[in-house]
Amino acid sequence: MSDVYVIGTDMIRFGRFPEKKVEDIGAEAALMALDDAGLGIRDMQALYCGNLFQANGMVGQRILQEIGQTGIPVVNCANACATGATAFRDAWMSIKAGIYDLVLAVGVEQMGRGLLGGTGAGKGIPKEGLLGSGTMPAVFAEAGMEHSRKYGTTFEQFAKVSVKNHHHSTMNPKAMYQKETPLEEVMNAEMISYPNTKLMCSVNVDGAAAAVLASERKARELGWKRAVRIRASVLTSDPWQERDLVMPDVNTCTRMAAKQAYEMAGVGPQDINLVELHDCFATAEILHYENLGLCKDGEAGQMIDSGATALGGKVPVNVSGGLLSKGHPLGATGIANIYEVSTHLRGEAGTRQVQGAKLGMTHVIGLGSACAIHILEKVG
Amino acid sequence: MAEPKRPLPVVDFLKIPPDGEPYLEGHKCKKCGAVFLGARATCSKCFTRGELQSTRLSNRGTLYVYSIVHRTFPGIEVPYVSAVVDLEGGGTVKGNLIDVEPNPEKIKLGMPVEVVFKDALGRKDKEGNSYLSYFFRPAS
Repeated sequence: MSDVYVIGTDMIRFGRFPEKKVEDIGAEAALMALDDAGLGIRDMQALYCGNLFQANGMVGQRILQEIGQTGIPVVNCANACATGATAFRDAWMSIKAGIYDLVLAVGVEQMGRGLLGGTGAGKGIPKEGLLGSGTMPAVFAEAGMEHSRKYGTTFEQFAKVSVKNHHHSTMNPKAMYQKETPLEEVMNAEMISYPNTKLMCSVNVDGAAAAVLASERKARELGWKRAVRIRASVLTSDPWQERDLVMPDVNTCTRMAAKQAYEMAGVGPQDINLVELHDCFATAEILHYENLGLCKDGEAGQMIDSGATALGGKVPVNVSGGLLSKGHPLGATGIANIYEVSTHLRGEAGTRQVQGAKLGMTHVIGLGSACAIHILEKVG
Repeated sequence: MAEPKRPLPVVDFLKIPPDGEPYLEGHKCKKCGAVFLGARATCSKCFTRGELQSTRLSNRGTLYVYSIVHRTFPGIEVPYVSAVVDLEGGGTVKGNLIDVEPNPEKIKLGMPVEVVFKDALGRKDKEGNSYLSYFFRPAS
């Protein structure tokens, strides 16, 4: 079976755009990706659209109503924080299956502000703050605590993730924030849910990203100098774990997905030059170093201490600034990751360029749970 | 004379027998031993159907992990300690850890805790019903 390629991709600068509609920013990203590919909407044979908060609102069709109603099939998908990556993967599958040659994938979200999660009222009385917390900062604090329990990982080590990712974002003009945050500032910021301070929580922003995917035949025909090869595309859900009724397990589904992705690509973690992983909270990034095999179990604390995951290190992680600083518009995040890694593989990432990048990985986790991993490769 | 209204259970797996102590109820798979909260027809671990048996969960366990919540939704008092507790003999439950200073220096992962049953922080539903909830507190 022939490979599938990304031949155009872009994202809008993440921010807050209350005056715009979700289809406005989705359309903006779609046109940017089409321009990047040198193609138009008339060339697209299908649209896969990822959006979570208006999952029943036909967002993909509304985007086409803004940029061109060609009558192509549109699939709207929602999969928590893996929404964008799932849309991208469905687009990949449709070409892999030989159905289409050129497909557009768009991820878009308008977030508003404030806490996500919470133990829903259901029937009876509200449970938040009565039966513990279902807020996302607390859920991921508890996931981080599990790592502390096993390996002694410290508050300071978790905080260092934010220092690094905020530093990276100063080199990314598309990030929501572009501001250095020294360690003391991160640790002394308002405590949201110990050990996650405010600067260790991802930013709720509006955002959109898009990608044009092509079959090998089409990519070659169009001249594939800037094309990026999709070496692996994997989606998993959470297998049974003894605590998962009360403690969402972000580890096992990531480990399963990573193993499958490395096998599909025929590479190992040592071959990966950069990673965009799901740092929805600083605690989460530490877990995923081990889940993705970037270091051995128990060595993630040491890995952040050593600088190995900073730009210039052995395997830079979240050089875009990550969800912590670039921002996390849920449905857009998965495709924004594809844009970031593709930009490095094309050698077009400017001051944050990971030198000599040939293979990159993207990873997202949607609680509930869904994990998507892609491995992308520079062509030529 | 009307009988005083009995409190309702905060969740389905909290059982309040008419003449006995409240307890948490699990459903255990007879085939693989997996313990679930709340009734169900099929075991999601080993996929066996119709073999789940009601079981009374222990009131003793150990603190697996926690977070100290300082920021939450409006109207909820902070801070509180959100705790995940492994019960003796199986079953993991999440709830508030009480009678402990909300300070990471004072909360030890793995420490023994007990399940206690008390009023649900005064919260009432639209009909004015009171609720009985469960909490964890440090045990010796």
